[in-house]
Amino acid sequence: MTLVAEHLFLPGRVENVSLTLRSGEITAICGPNGAGKSSLIVALAGLLPPVTGRVLLGASDLAQVQARERARAIGYLPQASEAAWDISVETLVGLGRLPWQAAPLHRAHASAAEDAAVIERAIRAMDLDALRRRPLSRLSGGERARAMLARVLAGDPRWLLADEPLASLDLAHGVRLLAGLRAQAAAGVGVVMVVHDLAMAMNHADRVVVLDHRRIVADGAPEQALAKAVIAEVWGVAAHWLGEAGSRALVVG
Amino acid sequence: MSRLNGALLIGLMVALAASLWAGRVWIDPFHPGFAGATAILVELRLPRACLAVAIGAGLGSAGAAMQAYLRNPLADPGLFGIAPSAALGAVITLCLEAYGVHLGAWASTFFALMGAGGAMALLGLIAGRQGGIALFTLAGMMIASLSGALMSLAISLAPSPFALSEIVAWLMGALSDRSWADVWIAAPLMMVGIGCFLLAARSLDALTLGEATARSLGVDPGRLQGLLILGVGLTVGGSVAVAGIIGFVGLIVPHLIRPFTDRRPSSLIVPSALGGALLLVIADSLCRIVPLAGGELRLGIGLSLLGAPFFLALLWRMRREGNWG
Repeated sequence: MTLVAEHLFLPGRVENVSLTLRSGEITAICGPNGAGKSSLIVALAGLLPPVTGRVLLGASDLAQVQARERARAIGYLPQASEAAWDISVETLVGLGRLPWQAAPLHRAHASAAEDAAVIERAIRAMDLDALRRRPLSRLSGGERARAMLARVLAGDPRWLLADEPLASLDLAHGVRLLAGLRAQAAAGVGVVMVVHDLAMAMNHADRVVVLDHRRIVADGAPEQALAKAVIAEVWGVAAHWLGEAGSRALVVG
Repeated sequence: MSRLNGALLIGLMVALAASLWAGRVWIDPFHPGFAGATAILVELRLPRACLAVAIGAGLGSAGAAMQAYLRNPLADPGLFGIAPSAALGAVITLCLEAYGVHLGAWASTFFALMGAGGAMALLGLIAGRQGGIALFTLAGMMIASLSGALMSLAISLAPSPFALSEIVAWLMGALSDRSWADVWIAAPLMMVGIGCFLLAARSLDALTLGEATARSLGVDPGRLQGLLILGVGLTVGGSVAVAGIIGFVGLIVPHLIRPFTDRRPSSLIVPSALGGALLLVIADSLCRIVPLAGGELRLGIGLSLLGAPFFLALLWRMRREGNWG
């Protein structure tokens, strides 16, 4: 399966971006602030219709795909998600099933038993079993981030688009979240995430796309896309990588 | 039916029986003791109680839906400007009548519904297809303030102190001297309105996580906005048309109910309707038996007198617990 951006153009946000994403991979989107990373994610999720160009989900133009069908295929985790009401973890995760459940004018695409099973799996995958009845206000930042990701997983999406899922997580929680995303990719889900920590992208992504000034400036394996020269040009920082492939550290200066 | 709905329903039944009992004369609804008692029960107290149920249910569920839609526990069904627009329609009618234009017995109800319909149409025009919430709410507040200003203008043009006092009395909101005809006007509007909220319920659940996430879950924001305009327009417009402005029900009831639910908006709509009905039946009965020179306490005033201190206490408790939801 592929998710393809063709000459995507959103004035002031992303310009002429073409990109073919493959399922089973973790793709990291990197770039300085204001480079257009979040806009690209939102456009790929089909939430921001491009002025010109298009996004293809498999063979179909995403703009023509019915909203609930799109919602079953693509899970979107926004940056800093917050809940308006102090619902429990279990209730939150259950919201992820909405596009599968019956709605006015729409039939159900999963039985109640399937819903329960997928919710259960998402709760287990994010290690939330002990916290399931706890309200969100009583969770730590890391636990909340896991709960939010479990909500997306409960939608059983083929594509998982996450805007900075690692922001505000400490090292241990970040590593656990990455392990969860890796497990999803191994199960055939296409994972696309905005990442600010270049070392995280270097060590944990299969592919890195670097955006600068609303355009793609590098795209490929982490070692190439985040080479010293690219970092110098895009971030204007002299830096070099230490260590072996898979456990590299970025040293500035 | 959930345990919460069951408890509220039983409470409502008890309150209804008590409300038939209570009044200037006390009548046992099961053994009416004197001539005319049956007439008082069937022609005065029963329609009044039914109206309290219908309006309370409409306003309570509208409050739950509005708080969910605006993702804010302090939102109120009045925010869209429906209530002042409906009131404007009624005030204009009362003014015209005071100037000697005879419009008929149901004119104020009819023009209040027209006012609500006008506000709904305007909201629909402003809403457009995108269904964004913030700008839309601002537009609703502008409609509210425009209607409020026009209403003040109409009041200032009232020809006599008598007309003025009639308008002010109408605005205060009351269920006194209402007939079955009022019930037949209000009840269907409330039912359709609550139906709109129920159709919107799951979309409102998705909105818990914000607009972008709701859309990513397949919610159609334009449809959701349309259902909200229709639902709030019918419930609030209908209630203002037959009973004047009755505040606080839409604000308080969802607050009281929320801790007893899983806090999803969809779990809140039916209990808020039942709770609103219960609150209004009790409040109206209390208003009726409070001794007051020159008649009875107006329901709108009674609810505000009851509601404001209660709400302050609630805010005080929320502040202490650091819990805003």
